[in-house]
Amino acid sequence: MQQNIAGLIAGIVFGIGLSISGMVNPAKVMGFLDFFGQWDPSLALVMGGAVGVYFIGYRLVMKRASPVLADTFQVPTRNDLDSRLIGGAVLFGMGWGLSGYCPGPAITGLAFGMEQTFVFFVAMAVGVVVFKMTMGVKPSGQVGTAA
Amino acid sequence: MDIVNFTPLSALIGGLLIGAAAVTLLWLNGRIAGISGIFGRVISTDQSDNAWRLLFLVGLVLGGFAWSLGGGDTSAITITAGTPELIIGGLLVGFGTQLGSGCTSGHGVCGIGRMSPRGLASTICYIMAGAIVVFAMRTMVGA
Repeated sequence: MQQNIAGLIAGIVFGIGLSISGMVNPAKVMGFLDFFGQWDPSLALVMGGAVGVYFIGYRLVMKRASPVLADTFQVPTRNDLDSRLIGGAVLFGMGWGLSGYCPGPAITGLAFGMEQTFVFFVAMAVGVVVFKMTMGVKPSGQVGTAA
Repeated sequence: MDIVNFTPLSALIGGLLIGAAAVTLLWLNGRIAGISGIFGRVISTDQSDNAWRLLFLVGLVLGGFAWSLGGGDTSAITITAGTPELIIGGLLVGFGTQLGSGCTSGHGVCGIGRMSPRGLASTICYIMAGAIVVFAMRTMVGA
């Protein structure tokens, strides 16, 4: 129960952060990706601020033996670069550039009631389901999970 | 290159909040705040231990509501992509993030914050791919 409340609060703060930062504005995201034209560097500061806080916070939190509300930390351990990682990132980046949406802002953006956001959100969900139905089981037999 | 529409203060404040939210989820629940991973699990056949995930996603929407109720300028939000781009883009984002095990939050914020080689490699690839698509759409298609 407490973990659920923690999840809700983290989500709310994350959503406010995405909104304030301008990530929820697809035109602004595409402005960031337009390095060769009219470049808006704002999102580099969003990423820089978020990574900076996480860089410090991660080190402080991981000094603990366990999380406050759970038995163990569940953090990815892989360090290898494989074709799924790179291919997936390229496909994701292409979709990001086409639409101006990545998953977080597309979900937070549902709050603003714009029809185009719902169109993107539904297509994104279909993309997830298509992956799970076609490539959801890795060659090793391990079920695919995203970080 | 021209620099336009630069909003450093709101970008930095928003980024700090995003980082704080991700640290909170790690500190309390021991989990990575990877939105594509959380979303993928919520709409999968494996519904074990999913209540916190669903509530995290509900929180993302509530955060948007809170910002707009608190005076956030939703009228500035502009979606230039047409319906075909939104549909193709959504399919690519959904499929690609599952194939590549993460997105801007899991690989970008948490991955780079943990100094993960996979997070850094993914982030370089999706930013480059996005930049190439934006450049191509503007120059070749004229969009």
